[in-house]
Amino acid sequence: MADDALFEFLHMEIVALVYKEQATREDIDKERVTCVSTLEAMGFRVGQGLIERFTKDCPTFKDDLDLMKFLCKDFWSTIFKKQIDNLRTNHQGTYVLQDNTFALLTQFSSGKQYLEEAPKYLAFSCGLIRGALSNLGLESVVTAEVSLMPSCKFQVVIQKL
Amino acid sequence: LNGELKFHYTVHTSLDVVEEKISGVGKALADQRELYLGLLYPTEDYKVYGYVTNSKVKFVIVVDSSNTSLRDNEIRSMFRKLHNSFTDVMCNPFYNPGDPIQSKAFDSIVSTMMVQAC
Repeated sequence: MADDALFEFLHMEIVALVYKEQATREDIDKERVTCVSTLEAMGFRVGQGLIERFTKDCPTFKDDLDLMKFLCKDFWSTIFKKQIDNLRTNHQGTYVLQDNTFALLTQFSSGKQYLEEAPKYLAFSCGLIRGALSNLGLESVVTAEVSLMPSCKFQVVIQKL
Repeated sequence: LNGELKFHYTVHTSLDVVEEKISGVGKALADQRELYLGLLYPTEDYKVYGYVTNSKVKFVIVVDSSNTSLRDNEIRSMFRKLHNSFTDVMCNPFYNPGDPIQSKAFDSIVSTMMVQAC
């Protein structure tokens, strides 16, 4: 029952802690950038470990799209208890994952209040996606945008070498 | 010491065969998307088996040719055990992906498996 809330609360505390630590240092300008990178890096490592566990029992993926679908369905539902609501792609390496009720944002508001704080709480999840893809052999850049909570979009751009 | 080098060499050459097998997957039927690759190639002394995870980690098992008692599903279960232990290593916070594995738990699982196979 309280299982879902456990991670959400922990995540809130992680974000609060990272920002509090940064505030005690001098460079206020760089504050946002380093905090977001720290959170993203955490998500990255967690994503790597999680994807190893989740893909243990499934067959190899046919192609990138198959991989992204797995991310949207199985990966997302195991972590956030629901699937991604919408996946769009330009078939050239860019994917947009839309979650209309993102688990980590539902407690904020159902509109525009606290909008400027939202990016802090999306950094970890961006890293999660990037880490999962990286361990599957795809290097990517993941960004998130929010215009109306709790809906958000994750944009994944696969880096072709 | 000589023996160890020979094993390293065998494993290195088998990597080419693994690459060949996994690059052919995209064109093959959906049924062939198994992680277990089977017998890679037989040499006069050894049989080499391969397995690739979704995270592109390759496991290679080299067995003595004279060991005919090891059946295919025993090899498969060895690979499953390896994959499971590797997943545990991956989830260990003290392990940095890409580093050589130093986990004692992993070592003991591998050693036990090798002893059982002989």
